[in-house]
Parts: sequence; C-alpha cells; structure tokens
Amino acid sequence: MIGKPFGRVLGAALLLSAVVLSAAPAQARDQIRIVGSSTVFPFSTAVAEHFGRMTPFRTPVVEATGSGGGIKLFCSGVGVGYPDIVNSSRPIKRSEFEACRAHGVDRITEVRVGFDGIVVASARGTPRPDFTRKDLFLALAREVPVDGRWIPNPWTRWSDIRPELPSVAIELLGPPPTSGTRDAFLELVMEPGCLEIPACQELKDTDPASFALRTAALREDGRFIDAGENDNLIVQKLEANRSAFGLFGFSFLEQNADKVQGAMIEGAEPTFESISSGAYTVSRSLFFYVKNAHAGIVPGLREFVEAFTGPAASGPEGYLADRGLIPLPEAEREATARSARDLVPMAVPED
Amino acid sequence: MPRNITDIVRAGLKKRYRAEARFRLYGITAILAALVLLFTLFVTIVSQGASAFVATELTLSVPVTAAVVDPEGTRAEATLSGANYRKLVLDALDAQFPDVQDRIERRKLHAIVSDGATYDLREKVMANPALIGTTVTLTTPVASDFDMLAKGQVDVSQPESLRRLNDRQIGWFNTLKERGLVSFGLDRNLFVNADSRQPELAGIFGALMGSLYTLLVTLALSFPMGVAAAVYLEEYAPRNRLTDIIEVNINNLAAVPSIVFGLLGLAIFLGFFGLPRSAPLVGGLVLSLMTLPTIIIAARVALQSVPPSIREAALGIGASKMQTVLHHVLPLALPGIMTGTIIGMARALGETAPLLMIGMVAFIADTPEGILSPSTVLPVQIYIWADSPERAFLERMSAAIIILLTFLVIMNTAAVWLRRKFERKW
Repeated sequence: MIGKPFGRVLGAALLLSAVVLSAAPAQARDQIRIVGSSTVFPFSTAVAEHFGRMTPFRTPVVEATGSGGGIKLFCSGVGVGYPDIVNSSRPIKRSEFEACRAHGVDRITEVRVGFDGIVVASARGTPRPDFTRKDLFLALAREVPVDGRWIPNPWTRWSDIRPELPSVAIELLGPPPTSGTRDAFLELVMEPGCLEIPACQELKDTDPASFALRTAALREDGRFIDAGENDNLIVQKLEANRSAFGLFGFSFLEQNADKVQGAMIEGAEPTFESISSGAYTVSRSLFFYVKNAHAGIVPGLREFVEAFTGPAASGPEGYLADRGLIPLPEAEREATARSARDLVPMAVPED
Repeated sequence: MPRNITDIVRAGLKKRYRAEARFRLYGITAILAALVLLFTLFVTIVSQGASAFVATELTLSVPVTAAVVDPEGTRAEATLSGANYRKLVLDALDAQFPDVQDRIERRKLHAIVSDGATYDLREKVMANPALIGTTVTLTTPVASDFDMLAKGQVDVSQPESLRRLNDRQIGWFNTLKERGLVSFGLDRNLFVNADSRQPELAGIFGALMGSLYTLLVTLALSFPMGVAAAVYLEEYAPRNRLTDIIEVNINNLAAVPSIVFGLLGLAIFLGFFGLPRSAPLVGGLVLSLMTLPTIIIAARVALQSVPPSIREAALGIGASKMQTVLHHVLPLALPGIMTGTIIGMARALGETAPLLMIGMVAFIADTPEGILSPSTVLPVQIYIWADSPERAFLERMSAAIIILLTFLVIMNTAAVWLRRKFERKW
C-alpha cells in the first residue's frame, strides 16, 4: 500500500506550508545590515569582512541595492526589520531626509569615507587625449547648441570638436541610467561642460527645466553605448575595440592599469594623488549614513563605524586604499572619525 | 502532347527531392549552429575558470613563539583568539629576506601573504595549543595578485608603473619559487569558504548552501501544493467557467517575468508577514510561487496521460475515488510529475532577479546555518564576482559558473533518466 502514506505526506506537507507562512516574525538581530550603493559596496564589504574576522561580532550583511534604493529602505523605519547603515555615492537629498523623518528616522550620522574618481579610459597603446569637460559635453549630449540654436548632435569624430583631439569616431561605452556612476558623470562633466558654452549658460538662466533635461540626455545614435552595469565588461570591450572610450570608476582603472589608460581631463591624469588633491575634477565623495537609534539595539554598530573610519581601513595606507578608495586628507578623516564615533546627528541637508 | 499523371509527377520529382533535401539541411544547420554556440560557451568558461580550481600556495615554517601568542602562559581561549598571528606569519616571511629592512619595502613584501595564512595559523593553534613553542609548517594560498602572476596572467613585459606588482615583488616571488616554497594545489578555499573580498579566500560553499536551503523550501512548498492542485483540477473539479478562469490564470502565471514575483515577495512576505530579509525561507517562498505553475501544468499533463481504463477498473472493483487516485492514478503519473518538478527546480536554481528584491543579492561572509540565516545563492554569487574590480574574481566567477552548470546538467539528466526509466506507454 503505497497510497496511504502518500496521502498523509501530502496532507502534512500542505499543513507545513500553512504553518511556515504564519510563523517566524522578525526577531532580535545580532548582525549589522547594510544596504546601498554598488560603488561603495567593494569598500563596505572589505570592512565588513575584516570586522567580522577581527572582532567578536558577526560579519555584517551588505546588500548592493544602489544609492537611491538603499536610502529608501533605510528610511522606511526604525527597528530590527530595517537596515542600520546605507552606503551612498552621493549626499542624501533633502527630500529623502524628510522621508526619513516622516518614518521616525530622525537622527542620522553622515560619514564621508573618501573619494571615487570617474575615468574616461581607452585601451593601452592608443593616443591619450586631454579632454575638457566641454569636449565631453559636445561629444555626448543628445542636443548641442550651434550658432545659438539647439540641434541634434552633429559630431561624428572627436577631431570635429577640437582639432587636437584624436581623429577617430566618437564611441563611448558607459553605464545605464540606473547607475550612480552615470548620475555623477552627468553632474560632474555634462553640466559644467555645458555651462562653458554661452548659449547653455543663457538657457540655464531663462529655462532651468530645459537646461536640466538637455544636460541629462546622452546621445542615442550609437555614439554613447549603454554597456550595462558591469565595469569589467567595459574593460574587456575596450581591449577589443581600440578606438572606443569607456566610462567607469577609478578602482577598475587601478586594477586594470596594464590594459587600459585613463584619459586626461582638464590637463590632469586620473591618479591617486590628483583625485585626492582635487586636480582631477571628475571625482565625487562617497558616504555612508548610520541610523543612530540602532546604536543600542544592534550589537557592534558603533564599533563597525569606528573600524570603517579608523586609519587601518580609511587611512592613507589603509586596506581600502589598496582597493582603490581615495582617502580623505588625514586631518579631515580624523575629524570624520571623531564625529562618527560619537554618532553626531547630521543637520537637514540643503538643496 | 497529352501528359498523364505519372509524367507530371515524374517531372516534378527531382524538384521535390531537392526541396526535401534543403528542408533537412535547414534543420541540421539549426542544430549545428546551436551546438557550435554551446560549445563556444563551454570552451570560454572552462578555459577561463579551470585555473581557479588550482591555488598557488606558499609554504612557510612559522615559529609559534609563546611570547607573541600567550605571554602569560594561561592558554586562555580569549588570549589565543586575540593573539597577533599576523606578526608570526610576517616574521617568518621576513626571515626569508633578511636584507629587506626598509619599512615601505617590507610592506610590499608582506603583500605576498594572504590574510588566509593568519586565519589558518590561528585556527591551528586554537585547535591544538600544544603547538605553542614549536614551529608550524603552514601551506596557504598566496595573495591573489601573486596567484595571477604565477598563473601567467600578469604581463611582466609592461612597464612597472602599469602593474599592480613591482619588479622587486616579482623578484621576491621568484626567489621563493627557486627555494621550492611555492607550489600548486587544489584550491580548497573555493569549496569550503563563503564569500570574501579577497579573491584567494572567496569560495562558493556559502552560496551553495544558500541555494540548497532555498531549493528545499521551494520543493517542500511547491511540490505538494502543485500536486494537490493538479489532482483536484484533473480528477475532481467540474468543468465550468470558474475552473476555466483558474486554468487561464495558471498558464498566465507561468509566463510572468520572475522579477514580478520578487516584488510580490517584498510586499507580502517581508512587508506583511515580517519575515527576515535575505533569508532562504523567503527566497524559497518567492521561487515556489514561480515554480508552482510549472509543476501544476506538468502534473496535469501527467495525470491526463493515465488512461481512463485504469480509473474505471479501480472504481469497478469497489475502490473509492480517493483510493483510485492515491493507489493507481498518482503512482502512474508520478514519473511525469517528477520530471516537471525537476525542470522547475532547475529553473529556480538559476534565478537571480526575484531575489534582488528580497535582499539575497548581498555580501555574506558566513555560511548560512538554516533557512532563516542571511544567505545568497549560486547565480547571485556569480553576479557579484563578475562585478568586482579584482581580476582574480573573473576566474572565480568562471569556476562558479562551471559548478552551477554541473548542477543544472545533473538535474536535467535526472529528469530525462526518470522519464525514460518509469515512463509507461499505453
């Protein structure tokens, strides 16, 4: 009789399904939960691993959700069901801060961890141009002002824009619109690049909405190529296509310096020193935000923040520098570490 | 000239044969194209990933001095656990190169040793405190940059400034090689560790266990529910508008993009039921929503293929409806149901999109202990490694793909085998 037990098993399994669904509410948590930017992810995970090995606390769980998605999760409430820290490749916006407050997350500590450069790279052995931000804007914007009128981008070769630039077809591989790197590129290159053109300055004064739209729109005629979120893939494609340029974070350039080279921007080469000193203009700050209300609830939160900002991790010779994080100037790091240790809540961001 | 039918047929015969031959050729070309693509995929992945199964190892004789590990001689666990094992390992390396004295140069030299050596030594001493005062021979993987160098993936002809390793570092490494301290061995870390930011320490075991727990939950939920639904719809349900609507919806569900199930999981299991994030339980729940329609459809087809004569015979000798189903129909349909289930499970094993929403795309350094501890799954691990800047992660990624593919091939072969073995034709 195989039938009888079979019937019972079926019944029992159905019952189990019902029980599983109704059981297991959120319990106390002994592990830090971090969400947010995929740019900060490699650094945050390195600290998390180190922290887990070197302290009696458990290794924090770090999720790569993107800055915006992470902040949304972070701001959804206070309690063990919500993350303790959010990584972000941009400062928190005022609207996000307000949303946080509306859900009871009113005390947040802002911690700046360092800088990340964005590089325009090409295969090694190809000519190394010196771009200005204006060049990049003119090469990549969907519409550009010519003789005071905005027309669809007519340029096909870099040398059309400025004779000193290489005479190869404009082709730039970059991240998709959901990426923080792309947002930063728009903000750090496209906007200031556009403003160097008088017609663009005029547009900003008269019609800011249209200005925002025009600096955010990249070409869709195959000159700017959406290469997906994977920066390793862009590096590989640059090796295969020697006339193309690629857009990615400095840490990928550092790891692949034998294969790709970073173009100069405004006369500065992307190096550790030039990004740190600010000579290389296309760089941004990386942050994480701590939910102060969790400091007493989740064990190890204070210690983790201390470990992240300490000299062994974020200092000029720390292990994060080995992974491509450009550290803060030492005095600033010390100040940040101090306010992070005391979990000094941030003020309402202006914007 | 009058032509009869035979002539007309004969005249066209050649053309028809040619058409026939062409038609077959199209089919063969299609199969060949698919095979070539599959072959290219395998060759690229295997050629990239094969080297990840081999680790470059460094053998050091490390004197475990009591003064460093346990100065007071208490042998207390807290003392042993917090001792500076890194210093011991680095001292052993420095002993190989007594002429390197400069602090910065030493830092460069120390880059050869992976943190794994420190953890290994700590583990050994903690397990056997009698080792204190003796010299331990430690064979551990070297740091990933040197592993890449040993595997010939660093182009040493490039100028020094473009490499992650400078000429002196390469020289030191070659000296160690000449002294016979560098060897190649099976990469154990790949199989026993969970994720790590250091490529040489990163392994797939954590993700594998995560996948296992997730699939167990999926199987435990979707198999009984799917079979029960199929049996009811096939054997009991009346044919009316309501069952028609249910049927259409099951078929629709099977075609819903998987990320939608992730959103559903986020709203219901995390939001409403308050289940923990990143847990295999939630992953399993979401994936069972995804596999349920597949199983129901497969089970219904299998039940339909059991001939009515079986049911009639059972009923004829006095079996109740339930006895008929449980004793006769279901056992005969089981091979078909199993096949459908395995294929559904194989699909669930390769899924990442719905897991993003419920927090399973994450860095998790501990191997999960159960269905409630945070974990990730194999395809997510592949995705995370593919996105890491360190070059050594690329070969790890390919190795993880090989392992995932092996599991998929095993599952699909099992499905084919089950069908062949137990299938009955009437």
